[in-house]
Amino acid sequence: MKISLRSNPLYATIGVLASLFAIASFSYDGFFSLRVIANLFTDSSFLGVTALGMTVVILSKGIDLSVGSVIGFTTILVAYLVQDAGVSVPVAWGIALVVGVLFGAGMGALIVLYDLPSFLVTLGGLFFAKGMGFVISSSSIGIQNGFYDAVLNFQIQVGPGAYLGAGALAFILFFVFCLYLLKWTRFGRYVYAVGGNEDSARLMGLPVDRVKIGVYAFNGFCSAFAGILTTLYMGSGNPLTGVGMELDAIAAVVIGGTLLTGGIGGATGTLLGVLTFAVIQTILNFDGRFKPAFLRIAIAALLLGFILTQRALARGKD
Amino acid sequence: MSEAAEPTVSKKSLRDNPLVWPLAGLALVIAFNLVTGPEFFSVSVRDGHLYGNLVDIFSQGARVMLLALGMTLVIATGGVDLSVGAVMAIGGALCATLVTNMGYGLYAALPITLLVVGALGFFNGAMVVVGKIQPIIATLILMVAGRGVALLITDSDVVKIQNEAFLYLGKGYILGVPFSLWLVAAVFVVMAILIRKTALGLLIEAVGDNEHASRFSGIEAGRLKLIVYAVCGVLAGMAGVLDAASVSAADPMRVGELKELDAIFAVVIGGTALTGGRFLLFGSILGAILLQALTLTLYNAGVPAAVAPVPKAIVIVGVCLLQSDRFRKQISNIIKIGGKAS
Repeated sequence: MKISLRSNPLYATIGVLASLFAIASFSYDGFFSLRVIANLFTDSSFLGVTALGMTVVILSKGIDLSVGSVIGFTTILVAYLVQDAGVSVPVAWGIALVVGVLFGAGMGALIVLYDLPSFLVTLGGLFFAKGMGFVISSSSIGIQNGFYDAVLNFQIQVGPGAYLGAGALAFILFFVFCLYLLKWTRFGRYVYAVGGNEDSARLMGLPVDRVKIGVYAFNGFCSAFAGILTTLYMGSGNPLTGVGMELDAIAAVVIGGTLLTGGIGGATGTLLGVLTFAVIQTILNFDGRFKPAFLRIAIAALLLGFILTQRALARGKD
Repeated sequence: MSEAAEPTVSKKSLRDNPLVWPLAGLALVIAFNLVTGPEFFSVSVRDGHLYGNLVDIFSQGARVMLLALGMTLVIATGGVDLSVGAVMAIGGALCATLVTNMGYGLYAALPITLLVVGALGFFNGAMVVVGKIQPIIATLILMVAGRGVALLITDSDVVKIQNEAFLYLGKGYILGVPFSLWLVAAVFVVMAILIRKTALGLLIEAVGDNEHASRFSGIEAGRLKLIVYAVCGVLAGMAGVLDAASVSAADPMRVGELKELDAIFAVVIGGTALTGGRFLLFGSILGAILLQALTLTLYNAGVPAAVAPVPKAIVIVGVCLLQSDRFRKQISNIIKIGGKAS
């Protein structure tokens, strides 16, 4: 029973992803190619990293609405440090990651220590990070830097005309890391335990508070990391980037079969969810008839479908 | 616990009166403005209309007040509606498109719009009640899709509004007072009467306090929630129409952006707990006024509009902390220790 419950949503995700890809391959010339597949990873690298962080938060039965703003803040912070403050790129990235972790840990501490609802605290975080981004600079800062060019030019050929860039590779490596983190580390198992049933986790003597703060700190790291990838992708920093990204990330996680009630799901599903997202986006690019507005509606429809499926599965369990 | 057993009435009533916090916040904002620039309070009459910052606070705050009134009911039932910003966009876009592009009169377009946004709210409610989805997630779906729908309605354009009756909604005055404010007052009075003079308020609070128990006592919790979400949708759509009217255009991307947060903020600071149960409509109005006063004060102090979210965030989290029992206990411990030391 437990096995079917865990794997069923994943099968549904695989089914949706495969059929979307198959339909698109038949409908559009040149869709079925290694180049398109490689681009799926490139285009979704920052959403992917964000969604992986969100997966851990949702597994612990929390939610983090601040990720989009933290991404925007990170892009402008990095661009400012590199371009205007003359800090070397690795140091700027390090600072951004530390700020992300501290910000996440701060929100986690508020949630855990004062028993505040996570969505409210992270809503405050959303406002805060958004405003702080504009404190640094209210307009976009372009990044012209030798190191950035070198990273941008770095790519691995995976097939004829198909390349994986630094962003895509970082996403794939980070996915493997998250897989390891959730499956084979103590922290990962604690996250599942806390999300599954916080009270019994506490009774078992697990450090529930520390795990929950750790989850938000980890997600802060992921958001900052995604922000850095965004600067690579766009070659600039802008406090407006990342608006609405939290919704895309939550949608990708849910489509990937992670239950919003916590404790069930994982990184593999999220990877598939992110790729589904990217496939829909690619289809919209291939087909001029669809307006960009359809992306939101299609994602919302998928989200609704998956949530209802999850409900049905959960009811089957009762 | 022992303190609770023998309540000291005078002490308890002041500290536990939820209206204390928004009023204290307002007092702070007013004090700040009295010190930095008393001209903040000047109200003049031009062309028979009232002008001045104080009037702006109310007229610009009218939209958030409408959102907050609906949100209060939803939160009172133990839910939350994240889609109000997107529903605002749909309301503004639909009404403007009907009037400007399709030649409808306002008297036809407005009821159609309110019917549609009401149906959207009903859809939210149905997912919460029938689909048994957590409210945050159920309303997230419309939050994601709503802006796309608004873009489809206007064909990704900004719709300009020239219809006089429509513009009157956002720019008109009655007896020198903005029309939008009369509208909010009317909505508030109707809601207050329905809620306090009938059992409706009691029923909503019962559902929010303990849905299970309320069902055992014969309350149709599901139907009540459906109505509440539908009302929230209607008020959000109305706020979108007002927004479009006040700037003479409906921009599907911008209308209602982040307004869901403003609405939740106004409700929480107004003393309605996010966990549901007891709610205060007037508190939410005060919360909306505080929010608008804070925003306007920041603008006057030269804080760029884009940076304004930072102090807003600090206030939100601060208010939440003040409402947290653990934080209060820590603070009172610190005060006690300090008192002993001296």
